[in-house]
Amino acid sequence: MNYIDPHIHMVSRTTDDYETLAKMGCVAVSEPAFWAGYDRGSVEGFRDYFEQLTAFEPKRAGWYGVQHFTWLCINAKEAENVALSREVIAMIPEFLDRPGVLGIGEIGLNKNTRNEATVFLEHVELALKTGEQLLIHTPHLEDKHQGTRMIIDMLAGDARVDRRRVLIDHVEEHTVRPVLEAGFWAGMTLYPVSKCTPARAVDIVEMYGPERLLVNSAGDWGPSKPTAVPDFILEMRRRGHDEALIRRVVYDNPLTFFRQSRGFRFTPR
Amino acid sequence: MSDIPPARPVAATFENEFLPVRAKLLEVAAALDRLDRGAGELDEAAAARRALLVDAVQLLAQSCDATHTDRAERLQLLFSRAYDADWRQAFEV
Ligand SMILES: [Zn+2]
Repeated sequence: MNYIDPHIHMVSRTTDDYETLAKMGCVAVSEPAFWAGYDRGSVEGFRDYFEQLTAFEPKRAGWYGVQHFTWLCINAKEAENVALSREVIAMIPEFLDRPGVLGIGEIGLNKNTRNEATVFLEHVELALKTGEQLLIHTPHLEDKHQGTRMIIDMLAGDARVDRRRVLIDHVEEHTVRPVLEAGFWAGMTLYPVSKCTPARAVDIVEMYGPERLLVNSAGDWGPSKPTAVPDFILEMRRRGHDEALIRRVVYDNPLTFFRQSRGFRFTPR
Repeated sequence: MSDIPPARPVAATFENEFLPVRAKLLEVAAALDRLDRGAGELDEAAAARRALLVDAVQLLAQSCDATHTDRAERLQLLFSRAYDADWRQAFEV
């Protein structure tokens, strides 16, 4: 089955991974900007990273017929440095008209601090000013519930935010309901130990239905599995779900969400 | 939320889940035994987290009906930091 992985950090993966993804039916990926495993030292470090995301990565994906899209921001882990964050936010518009840029992301919270909230709100302001969509990371483990509620508070507190143009990612059993009920898109991340397993992601589809739900691998430089979306597809089939339902979650839904970005040009197979 | 897929017959789900659930419960039982065999004592913070594991096991044993299958959600909340709705005032953002 053709599918789209709406959240995967391919700069941390090998070209062999692109080949494997292509063989498994992946036709497009969307890559949010994130933390490199160390704090970047300057705005120039981010400019180089955005160059890689918008120029080289689409080319590398193209070698295997995979279409590559991206999101730009300074991530929550580096948002403790508010001065640097403001420099990066001021520089992002240089890249927003490049082909394949879908919006601002993955912004969000990490330890739910005041500085993270400040930088989050300034990113939202940029997205509103430039008409960009938002892709939002929610924190890990014991911080996830609190951080997700804080993110919803900040977005719901601003009447200019169109919730159909916002994806709140890494939802789990305790955060999916408030995200969907508030009218946002919700992403489920399939990870080997933390976040969601394929079985629990299928449970969530069974309980909430497929509307505004996405699944992704969030493959990156840490323990993660870039082919996790096919694992979800297999688990859906194992439980006897319709192909149309599976396709809706792994293909139609990402297309519906991405089509709202002005930088989205997609050629179906 | 619309388009909820039809529920699968419980008998089929049970046959698929029985052995994996048995295996996972056994892992939990063995891990709790391993903790009890450990030398020395946990500090206060770790002991509080250790108590959460017992709360979680008790939560699993509570019954649900078909309209309230929320053990996973409640278990997640058990392991979550509290959310304070007035956080914006506290942070002044
Ligand atoms: Zn990510």
